[in-house]
Amino acid sequence: MKCDRCDNEATVHEVTIHKGEKVEKHLCEQCAQEDGIAIQSQSIPAALLSQFMVSPDPGAAESPRTLTCKHCGMTYAQFRQHDLLGCPDCYHAFEKKLLPLLDRVHEGGSDHLGKTPKRSAGALVRERHIFILRKQLESALASEQYERAAELRDALRKSGVGLTNIRTNEPEDASP
Amino acid sequence: MSGTVGAAIGDVWRHPVGESTDVVLSSRIRLARNIAGFNFLSRASREDRQQIVAIARAKITPETVAPDIVWLDLAKTPPLNRLVLVERHLISKQHSKGDEPRAVIVSEPDERLSIMVNEEDHLRISIMRGGLALEDAYEQIDAVDDRIESQIEYAFCPRFGYLTACPTNVGTGIRVSAMLHLPALKLIGEIDKVRRAAKSMNLAVRGFYGEGSEAIGDIYQISNQTTLGKTEHDILSSFATGIMPKIIEYERHARRRLLENRRPIVEDRVHRALGALRYARLLNADEAIKLISQVRLGVALGMIEGLDLVTLNELMFISQPAHLQKAIGADLNQSQRRSARASLLRERLAEST
Repeated sequence: MKCDRCDNEATVHEVTIHKGEKVEKHLCEQCAQEDGIAIQSQSIPAALLSQFMVSPDPGAAESPRTLTCKHCGMTYAQFRQHDLLGCPDCYHAFEKKLLPLLDRVHEGGSDHLGKTPKRSAGALVRERHIFILRKQLESALASEQYERAAELRDALRKSGVGLTNIRTNEPEDASP
Repeated sequence: MSGTVGAAIGDVWRHPVGESTDVVLSSRIRLARNIAGFNFLSRASREDRQQIVAIARAKITPETVAPDIVWLDLAKTPPLNRLVLVERHLISKQHSKGDEPRAVIVSEPDERLSIMVNEEDHLRISIMRGGLALEDAYEQIDAVDDRIESQIEYAFCPRFGYLTACPTNVGTGIRVSAMLHLPALKLIGEIDKVRRAAKSMNLAVRGFYGEGSEAIGDIYQISNQTTLGKTEHDILSSFATGIMPKIIEYERHARRRLLENRRPIVEDRVHRALGALRYARLLNADEAIKLISQVRLGVALGMIEGLDLVTLNELMFISQPAHLQKAIGADLNQSQRRSARASLLRERLAEST
């Protein structure tokens, strides 16, 4: 859809009721900004979230109702109600849906560039390892290699499966 | 512990030694952190919450993190004392409510450092400073964060950084903010320009009491919203050395313009406000803060002798319900508070001039 005012793609859609009449506006970001729409909608992060969550995105093909975090059981729809995730694993479970959202909320930022915990370099390596095991498990399941999948599952269990299961304060994590 | 929940105002407010105190009431940095191995709080059981509190209690100690910190178990803290902490900006309103296991760790007596345990994230670490002192605040909070991290493993992943309950905080988990007094911009009708400019730079603008609140007394809280895809240093420097000086200069410019063009009007407003504070017999909290705000402008412009900004900061606190009741030493209902507030302000302003 094109912007009502210029030739750009309309990315901001506003529906208001004016004296009982429905008024629709479809604008590109620039025109919307001039109109004060995009600016106003950004005042509260939660509102920002809700606004961008409804826009179509690459993950939309999967039904958001059935998208569930296996670790904590939170569904994507439940996340949407309060915009609060259930556990660190939700970032992985909802990744496809979260990426476009993060992109909008964080001005295009999608990768962490900041500080890194100093002492958990070991944990980071382990986390990457787990990430790779997971990917392999997914593809093994997809290609119905169940024996391989069982091996990978066991390997994952051994490594303490997932972001949330790297338990704190265990002796092996306590080294500086 | 008496300092935190007593009537005395924390040193952050008593000694606004930071820069630009004519415009900046306080600066603050907070970091959102979660402990690895636990669900976020929306999916945490009571037992999880208790465990998180126990870990924080055991690991965040004067020996490991900062020598002057004290622990306050909020589930066991009386409601009035919790409200004092809210008014002092040491905990959020949300954190003051309910009976779930939760706590706050506060540095005493300076009250610069506070760590909320089990708020929206497992840990919300915050450093507050009087005036504009964001670089110092970051240096301090970064050190505190390192020391906590040497004790507790945070939920972190290389791609998304520090994992937070709300994706709007993920990455650095940092929120940089300043509480600004912008009465002149309000008077000359340019405050909306500031709001729009701030929002176009992806900054949040809020009122005195935080999210969703009105800017009572022309006091605005401005903070960053982007936390992912930038370093802490970039976020900090674009805020502290890019945006803040512009807004401060804009307000000062507006004050100069007011003095040049509308001096009698401003003087009239300032002195009427002082008169109302000195002679009123009933005052509600919002009205008191609005009047104090006008007097503050007068002091900053050199129109009032014998009053300083530190005193006015204190008056802003004792005008709020919980501080007022602590100062009086009694539980008061709303109408008793209006009368007690007016008396207290009358006394304080008579003393100082």
